[in-house]
Amino acid sequence: MLNAIWETEGLQTVGIVVLVFASIKLLHLLGLISFSEDSVEDELELSAVRHRPEGLEQLEAQTRFSRKELQILYRGFKNECPSGVVNEDTFKDIYSQFFPQGDASTYAHFLFNAFDTDHNGSVSFEDFVMGLSILLRGTVQEKLNWAFNLYDINKDGYITKEEMLDIMKAIYDMMGKCTYPVLKEETPRQHVEVFFQKMDKNKDGVVTIDEFIDCCQNDENIMRSMHLFENVL
Amino acid sequence: MAAGVAAWLPFARAAAIGWMPVANLPMPVAPAEKNKRQDELIVLNVSGRRFQTWRNTLDRYPDTLLGSSEKEFFYNEETKEYFFDRDPDVFRSVLNFYRTGKLHYPRYECISSYDEELAFFGIVPEIIGDCCYEEYKDRKRENAERLMDDQEDNKDAKLPNMTFRETMWRAFENPHTSTMALVFYYVTGFFIAVSVITNVVETVPCGSVPNQKEVPCGERYTVAFFCMDTACVMIFTVEYLMRLFAAPSRYRFMRSVMSIIDVVAILPYYIGLVMTDNEDVSGAFVTLRVFRVFRIFKFSRHSQGLRILGYTLKSCASELGFLLFSLTMAIIIFATVMFYAEKGSSSSKFTSIPASFWYTIVTMTTLGYGDMVPKTIAGKIFGSICSLSGVLVIALPVPVIVSNFSRIYHQNQRADKRRAQKVQKARLARIRISKTGSSSAFLHSKRNGLFNEALELTQLPYKMNLSNQGSTEDEKRLSKSTSLLESQHHHLLHCLEKTTNHEFVDEQYYQQSYLEGGLQNYPSRSPSLSSQDGVTGTCCTRRTKKHHTPLPNASAPAHMQPLTHTHTHPQGLQELSTIHIQPLSTSRSSLNMRVDEPAPLNCQSSQITTAIISIPTPPVTTPEGDAHLPAGPTHQNVVKVSAL
Repeated sequence: MLNAIWETEGLQTVGIVVLVFASIKLLHLLGLISFSEDSVEDELELSAVRHRPEGLEQLEAQTRFSRKELQILYRGFKNECPSGVVNEDTFKDIYSQFFPQGDASTYAHFLFNAFDTDHNGSVSFEDFVMGLSILLRGTVQEKLNWAFNLYDINKDGYITKEEMLDIMKAIYDMMGKCTYPVLKEETPRQHVEVFFQKMDKNKDGVVTIDEFIDCCQNDENIMRSMHLFENVL
Repeated sequence: MAAGVAAWLPFARAAAIGWMPVANLPMPVAPAEKNKRQDELIVLNVSGRRFQTWRNTLDRYPDTLLGSSEKEFFYNEETKEYFFDRDPDVFRSVLNFYRTGKLHYPRYECISSYDEELAFFGIVPEIIGDCCYEEYKDRKRENAERLMDDQEDNKDAKLPNMTFRETMWRAFENPHTSTMALVFYYVTGFFIAVSVITNVVETVPCGSVPNQKEVPCGERYTVAFFCMDTACVMIFTVEYLMRLFAAPSRYRFMRSVMSIIDVVAILPYYIGLVMTDNEDVSGAFVTLRVFRVFRIFKFSRHSQGLRILGYTLKSCASELGFLLFSLTMAIIIFATVMFYAEKGSSSSKFTSIPASFWYTIVTMTTLGYGDMVPKTIAGKIFGSICSLSGVLVIALPVPVIVSNFSRIYHQNQRADKRRAQKVQKARLARIRISKTGSSSAFLHSKRNGLFNEALELTQLPYKMNLSNQGSTEDEKRLSKSTSLLESQHHHLLHCLEKTTNHEFVDEQYYQQSYLEGGLQNYPSRSPSLSSQDGVTGTCCTRRTKKHHTPLPNASAPAHMQPLTHTHTHPQGLQELSTIHIQPLSTSRSSLNMRVDEPAPLNCQSSQITTAIISIPTPPVTTPEGDAHLPAGPTHQNVVKVSAL
């Protein structure tokens, strides 16, 4: 009698164990269970992307820099970004190093969009050098155009108060916390009000490119400051 | 500023054009590049191996040998190169630091030669990048320990003028310093052994009186054992009291582990003395005797290995904890399974899950007493799985503990964990200081720069002697300390300040001003409006301004007080007290231009800026470093306030 009991019990046990393992294997086959954590293939890193700029002659023709200046610029560029393109994070990182006390990432984001003229998410050396060419060697008209483009976040041709407020906040963020006088919440907003009062001639709540350029050309301070950085290289 | 991105400074400055239309104040003048020369290659000859790099690369770190003018001492006129009679292999790392901004420590290099090279070239080792820093610190520590070992062996010479107490303490801690100490050491060791053996032998059944049952020796020779015990406890008490007396810090000594063990070892005896023949607590008294076994721990003073073992267990606490936790998990799982597997069988010993714990533990540690065995087939299968997994679970954390022990043993039990934490903190503090150094460099040069620029622009017939001497020194100091790169960077930050009409200050000043925020008369909108009413309209001020341009020199002191808290000014000029003074920009801009050009009008009401123009009684120039403090010139006769 004991044998009978043991037989049935043993068969039961063996049956249960076999069933359990079979079901686990089935689920694994169906892909519902994965035993290793990273069975998904690693995505290819974007750093595999390499980009070589156009030749020196073409860049010389397209920008207003001399050969030597382009050489110097490229060397600095390549040093920091060996892959030949800057993505937004690197850009923010580099720009933040110049403003240790504040947070330059928001403004760097806007700058990045201004430099990335073809909106492909990365700034190549050509984009970089074209932007610089306008800023350093362009006419005042071109510079003001560039600035307008920077402020116009959604690139619809109008600067609204919200866009300006974003930009202003980004600029004030760069100052950081330790300033004198102490930065208040409404300071950027006040500054935006001042700006709009000055720029928005027909008081329609937006600033168009013509209003902007007109007003800037009539402002001595701004005109003078446009020429401030010309001897940078 | 990270010099690695120095190449991007032109870009950052160009991008500053984006702020220009937003700014309401005129911008400061850009630093002129006085001797702008084309970037050139320079040759560094290090013991015959030639390295070449751009001059700009070396200029990135002006506070090192290669970045400053110190390298001119090594210039060789005939060969037109810089010659250094140093190790060329280490120089590779040094030069790469300039190129990439990261300093690496090559592993094959000897730590002291590397340190020497770094010291020669003026590079602080803290800058070593994170990738190599651990290695560097480890090697340095090993070296230091080796040196310390050598030193300690020579240190045992007796120091003169030690008090009796200090001598005693030293004798206790290092027994081999004097013969007395050695004798004491061995005597106590002997008595600890005697005490322990006594406790053990007490319980052995001695030969007995035949018609009685066997009694332990302790009960047969009570008096003898009692005397032994008393003698040992006497010795231990005396020793403890002597140590307590000699300890340099009694409070710390009393809290240390060894003293607690001492106390626990002798306390039962005294408690026993006090509580004899008290029936109620005799049970507890018996328990107390168990604590006598702690005397064996007193041996740890005598054995280095025991101390190390204790320290290892302490330092492996996390691994031990993990072992315990995983064992507990496994025990519970297997006990449950075994219980349910054996539930069916009759007369099974697995009466409950906690009862099965015992079986699981015995099986997992491969003891296998056999007092509980599974009878069903399922029970046997799971039992075998249990014993196999037990081996694995226990074997896993053990190598970690073992390796820890051997490491500590070989390092002779130094408290390196504590030291490493301190060092890490110190390193982070130093890096933070150098980072704030860059921003405070800006603040410093701002104050110096202001003074300098102001003086440059004004032809002061009234220049004080002070300022005369000060300026030349300042100029020299400035030209030495700030490279072109730095001055350009500072100009950039200055433009940002102008754009937002706020200034960078350092941490403490910010705290101060934040706290005083309620107190000081900070310009709010309404007072400024009232002041605007008080002053004639802006149009008129143009004319009044023109009146005063023949006195440009007098504005010089105004430059010194960009942040004058004129609310401290005794004269109750309401306008002054509420108007935030930014005279620098406006007055300087007026000086920049030729006199006939009209001053730029900022007609916004919220941006009233005033310049204090004082009558040219010889102005006491403010100490330029204290631009933030209320300055001397506030005591001058303030003649007129004109709003620009």
